[in-house]
Amino acid sequence: MYATSYHRASSVEDAVKLKSAHDEGKYLSGGMTLISTMKQRLAAPSDLIDLRHIPSLRGVRIEGRKVTIGAATPHADVAASRELAAICPALCQLAGHIGDPHVRHMGTIGGSIANNDPAADYPAGVLGLGATVVTDRRSISADDFFTGLFETALAEGEMVTAVTFEAPEKAGYAKFNNPASRFAMTGVFVAKTAGGVRVAVTGAGSSGVFRHSGFEQALAGNWSADALSNITVDSSGLMSDLHANAEYRANLVKVMARRAVASAG
Amino acid sequence: MTKVTLTVNGRAMSGECEDRTLLVNFIREKLGLTGTHVGCDTTQCGACVVHMDGRSVKSCSILAVQASGSTITTIEGLAGQGELHPVQAAFKEHHGLQCGFCTPGMVMTAVDMINREGGSLTEEKVRAGLEGNICRCTGYHNIVKAILAADAEMAGGRQAAE
Repeated sequence: MYATSYHRASSVEDAVKLKSAHDEGKYLSGGMTLISTMKQRLAAPSDLIDLRHIPSLRGVRIEGRKVTIGAATPHADVAASRELAAICPALCQLAGHIGDPHVRHMGTIGGSIANNDPAADYPAGVLGLGATVVTDRRSISADDFFTGLFETALAEGEMVTAVTFEAPEKAGYAKFNNPASRFAMTGVFVAKTAGGVRVAVTGAGSSGVFRHSGFEQALAGNWSADALSNITVDSSGLMSDLHANAEYRANLVKVMARRAVASAG
Repeated sequence: MTKVTLTVNGRAMSGECEDRTLLVNFIREKLGLTGTHVGCDTTQCGACVVHMDGRSVKSCSILAVQASGSTITTIEGLAGQGELHPVQAAFKEHHGLQCGFCTPGMVMTAVDMINREGGSLTEEKVRAGLEGNICRCTGYHNIVKAILAADAEMAGGRQAAE
């Protein structure tokens, strides 16, 4: 790892100030991607601004059916939230299957979506729920937030502070794990929300997470796994790599979507 | 150089290190506690698992400065006065190790599992809980047996104490 300077932020304002003072710095949340990337010398931020000790960024808050998850809430806390499980168990299940137990104790929802790894789980959940990403300066709808491979709508120095959404009527998530890394070789999040049916796919698209409108229309008419039986998933635009080619992933998208609907009930 | 202060196995400890120093290297090299191992060094194998503020973490993927101010438990902190922790005793009894390299991480992971879900562990839960720990010798069967046995024994102890 190249040399770096560590700063521990005490508040959101403090973090943003520290970031603006260090052009080549990066926000550090759980660090489960960033520290590994730095060890491989694929990233070399001059400064790290640690967000883990900002109390306002941690925790799951629920008012009625409105859910707010602080950006620095670890996956383990989302997975274990009984209040959240009562109204949106699919997101608890998603969080409980990221990486391994040790990674879930450190990794955070804000870090995951800000990084927008094309095989990460949370982008599918956040896009599938039609959530809103709250930052230090504005609110961004999930549809506008994820813009490409490791790319988001975040401006330079902008920081995710929370994710909010209305609990859906029904939701489910199914993923086919990469057996070594536990990243999604394909993961599909389905949700029946007040704004309609949403289907978000991660791990498969060559531009990152995406919505599948064909599945959404079919499920809007008939919420059942069988509604997807006759839809063929187009493999163009899907990733091919040593783990699976695009055609294989196209099949996985359908299989995972059917499982996700079945699990949503 | 930055001063890092930790409570390790119940004792206040501190040392100077670079900001880029990993927690596992700080524990091994500055504090001299070499029970925590570096296996893959890429967040996969779990040989470096310690508890930070009561939760299992991979100390090869955390900077020492990130951990400063926290309470750390390493494998050296488990055994009481001359007596193995029930999880350590169960690994010995059930032959839950061969070469022993992964064992500190396995044991710390098992203790974390029992802390969170003690008394309700099943073979399936234990195997899922070991997703972040790799053993190249045992094939895991005896590790799983040892964790289930320790869980049952510790749950029995808790009941007896109530």
